[in-house]
Amino acid sequence: MTVKQISIFLENRPGQLAKASRALAENGVNIATLSLADTTDFGIVRMIVDDHDKGYDVLAKAGFTVRQTEVVMVKVADRPGGMAELMEKLDKAGVDIEYSYAYALGSGDSAILIFRFNDNAKAEAALGA
Amino acid sequence: MNKISEKDYMETGALRKLQLEKLQELIPYEYERVPLFRRRCDEKGVKPRDLATLADLAKFPFMKKTDLRDEYPYGLTAAPMKDIVRFHCSSGTTGKPICIPSTREDIEIWTESAARCLAMYGIAEEDVLQVSYGYGLFTGGLGAHYGGERLGCAVLPTGAGNTEKQIMLMKDLGTTAIACTPSYFLHLADVATKMGVDFRRDTKLKHGIFGAEPWTDEMRRRIEEVSGITAHDIYGLTEIAGPGVAGNCPYCNGLHIWEDHFYPEIVDPDTLEVLPDGEEGELVFTTLDRRGTPMVRYRTRDISRLQTGRCKCGRTMRVMDRIHARTDDMLIIHGVNVFPSQIETSLMKIPEVAPHYQIYLESTDTLDLFEIKVEVTPEAFSDNIRDLEELRKRVLMVVKTIIGLTPKITLVGPGTLPRSEGKIKRVIDNRRKAK
Repeated sequence: MTVKQISIFLENRPGQLAKASRALAENGVNIATLSLADTTDFGIVRMIVDDHDKGYDVLAKAGFTVRQTEVVMVKVADRPGGMAELMEKLDKAGVDIEYSYAYALGSGDSAILIFRFNDNAKAEAALGA
Repeated sequence: MNKISEKDYMETGALRKLQLEKLQELIPYEYERVPLFRRRCDEKGVKPRDLATLADLAKFPFMKKTDLRDEYPYGLTAAPMKDIVRFHCSSGTTGKPICIPSTREDIEIWTESAARCLAMYGIAEEDVLQVSYGYGLFTGGLGAHYGGERLGCAVLPTGAGNTEKQIMLMKDLGTTAIACTPSYFLHLADVATKMGVDFRRDTKLKHGIFGAEPWTDEMRRRIEEVSGITAHDIYGLTEIAGPGVAGNCPYCNGLHIWEDHFYPEIVDPDTLEVLPDGEEGELVFTTLDRRGTPMVRYRTRDISRLQTGRCKCGRTMRVMDRIHARTDDMLIIHGVNVFPSQIETSLMKIPEVAPHYQIYLESTDTLDLFEIKVEVTPEAFSDNIRDLEELRKRVLMVVKTIIGLTPKITLVGPGTLPRSEGKIKRVIDNRRKAK
């Protein structure tokens, strides 16, 4: 399943992430999951929120540089070999992963991961998702 | 043609004759009234009567900015206070300001010069001219203001700052021309975008009159692309008049100097020898008509060249190259001479980079830190680190190719570097001074 992800550009200065989270909080937007990628100079925060459009507007209004991307939510079996099977399917289909992070632990036997692929549609077809 | 432009086309022989006559009046006037000038002439053994041809001007001493500081406030004033009608001052970053008292006639000549620039840009009586230069001691605001009024424009004196209101007025009153620093215009354009105002769609803006800070041809193209206006260059300095000493016509990639009022020379900044037209060196001006604070052979520290040959527009007034560098802008980084304009030129080659950057220098225990912070455009921002790293490497490569050094390139988010309402400070040099 594809979902909309918000990413924002952060300078490596104290308080930047706090400012972003506070802006969302004040507008009642809940962060479902978040991943922080950084270099020494800047960071990119990627997040999935409960109200995407509102979250996007709130952050843009707060002065952040915001981008919207489609990412794929994938259910993985929570047992040894679950990840390996998933990767093998993608490998066979010739899909590359740009990045990935965890969304949530599912109920009991599965976990949910977020992926950005070089070709989301192809990846979804390969996974039969 | 507007009547005010007639003098732009003066026949060259008549122009040279007029310049000599004016110099032959100015030099004795200055010699008689300004002790510093008299003392220097005496030291060189040159007398006012030694000026028989224009070439003889080379025998006379130079003036520099330090002279204005040392003689502050009235040491170089040649007219009595009853004839002075205005002061302009330029704040020195170090110590005392410089102060230029002007007579009514001095202001009149400056006003005419500014109006001739505007007319040359194609601006006319019908135009609404928004003056977003600072008003006050700085010459920008009042210079553009009086020039615009002289031409018959409807002048909107917003001054600098209060940017959102400026954009509202620009829309509502139908501003067609704006005068400000190029960096302030970029700021205006950013704020307009945030307000949802598109210059092309929502305003009648056609002309930008930009000066008071050095800006490259690449920056000029970038400004024209983002806003759809024609960017005109206006040159001036408080010591000589203010904006309007020279400006570009639609044909030349340079600026016509109103040399019936401001006599230009190019000198070698090291030997101080006068260089022939066509050679690059330091620009020197003599104010032919000014009587409040005349300047004889004033060294501007601007690097330029007087072009040879006649401009296609038919104006006889000589053309100087646009100013890309000033002798005192030069940075020595890791032993290499670097002009900030070279860095600007290279950055503007990359479309993903916004026209906002800062050069930062700091001493360390080993090699000095040399960092360039550049804003990426909102469109270039990616959720993928790899894309941004790749952009950073491309920026580094173009800068490195031009200046031969490897700075630290830091990408920063859109709108994060400081903006300016007047002259922008793009170089932050925190190195310990060796001297």
